[in-house]
Amino acid sequence: MRPAPLSPQMAIALPVLGAASLLLAWQYLLPLLGVPAYIVPTPTAIFGVFQKNFALLMDNLRPTLIEALAGFVIGNLAAVLLAVLFVHNRILQATYFPIVLFFNTIPILALSPIIILIFGLGMTPKIVIAAVICFFPTLVNMIRGLDSASDNEHELFRVLSATRSEIFWSLRLPRALPMLFSSLRIASATAVIGAIVGEWIGSDKGLGALIIQASFNYQSDRLYAAIVLSSCLSIVLFCAVVLVERRVIKY
Amino acid sequence: MANAIEASRLDVGYGGRQAAVKVLSGLDLSVEAGSFLSILGPSGCGKSTLLRVVADLLDPLGGTIRVLGDTPHAVRSRRDVGFVFQDSTLLPWRTVRDNVRLPLGVGQGSLTRKIEDRSDELLELMGLAGFGERLPHQLSGGQRQRVAIARALLGQPKLLLMDEPFGALDEITRDRLNDELLNLWRRTGTTILFVTHSIAEAAYLGERVVVLAANPGRLIRDLDLRPLKQDGNRCTREDPAIVAAMAELRTALEQAS
Repeated sequence: MRPAPLSPQMAIALPVLGAASLLLAWQYLLPLLGVPAYIVPTPTAIFGVFQKNFALLMDNLRPTLIEALAGFVIGNLAAVLLAVLFVHNRILQATYFPIVLFFNTIPILALSPIIILIFGLGMTPKIVIAAVICFFPTLVNMIRGLDSASDNEHELFRVLSATRSEIFWSLRLPRALPMLFSSLRIASATAVIGAIVGEWIGSDKGLGALIIQASFNYQSDRLYAAIVLSSCLSIVLFCAVVLVERRVIKY
Repeated sequence: MANAIEASRLDVGYGGRQAAVKVLSGLDLSVEAGSFLSILGPSGCGKSTLLRVVADLLDPLGGTIRVLGDTPHAVRSRRDVGFVFQDSTLLPWRTVRDNVRLPLGVGQGSLTRKIEDRSDELLELMGLAGFGERLPHQLSGGQRQRVAIARALLGQPKLLLMDEPFGALDEITRDRLNDELLNLWRRTGTTILFVTHSIAEAAYLGERVVVLAANPGRLIRDLDLRPLKQDGNRCTREDPAIVAAMAELRTALEQAS
């Protein structure tokens, strides 16, 4: 028999308790075990960085946020448009989709130096890397979503003499939305990864650059604070996508 | 009375003219306008395929077919045909009312006759008044099929094609919907082609029942039930004459399988 589901209060309280227990263990157990602070600083030390260096963290958050957001919008928009083109032109899809898939096999870390070579050291290459990393999952999911209407649904629209554009707006696109939003949720995290990877390779600003500098200078509390901030950025983007999804998809 | 459907030596198959797997072979069928025809047969006998040819969803390989005196394509373009599928095919993101209104939003461009919004009237007719703002997942299977029928009737089609519409429902709901469908047919005078697996349903609903055999699909029995029923295609399920007709249909169906 399946266990009974948890009450809503318990479903919230248990993860909070879980996180609190891990933070307490991290704060008090690791120093007792002799783990040095330059490897794993305590949560209070990391929190201290947020108090002491708040302006520095925000200065570095801003470019990463802009790059991740711009990459997210451009990458996903390009993927949606290409998916629409592919599902309406099967020959184009058969010709170019395998090549697109091949590009997807190139690791983003290997591709990033080339992108920086092409676009220089400004924000543009970071936006491009973030866009590239968002692009592929959305393209694949969007093609699947646009093709996910059943035969009966297509026949229903044919009986009604619907035009291609009506089929797109009234059937294919609404059918694709759940799959699109599942890729957007993934892209909300990968866009931040893309921006940070870009900053690692060629930048003196942004959370990626801060991570590299803190790592070289053994400022592990600052390093961990930058990691926490990157994670918070991904979580905020993820929550924004979920909020829009809940407003758009109500069934 | 004029015929709503006139099919002669109809061949239908899949895979192109040369290498076609024939689903229907040499089918001759006439259906009177305003009548209720049940189509019965084993799986793979081409019942649903026949409806798809009438609805212009599939082109025949050979033979001729006239629907309401015209080509299936012309009839579909005029939106004189409604189709109800086995699964209700409701769009899950649209409310019940918006599902019924779907024909208003699509396919109106090529139409000379504009369809009026009778969604509230139809929802009431189908016993769904007050359900207009619900989403399909909030309805039972029977209610979903009622919405699908309302949607098919919105354009006031002269011909209603129903492909096992109640096949997935429980027996009580199915019986109730059978009675509602007959009332609707008496009220609207629409010609109905009703595909079913159920002998009892075919005999109860149809003024006439045709039995198709498989491999390839062909007509093997054409039973006129009008002499056994009262005016308006009325009978009871326990009527001895209807029970005898069901036995006859069962024998034909056993031969067809």
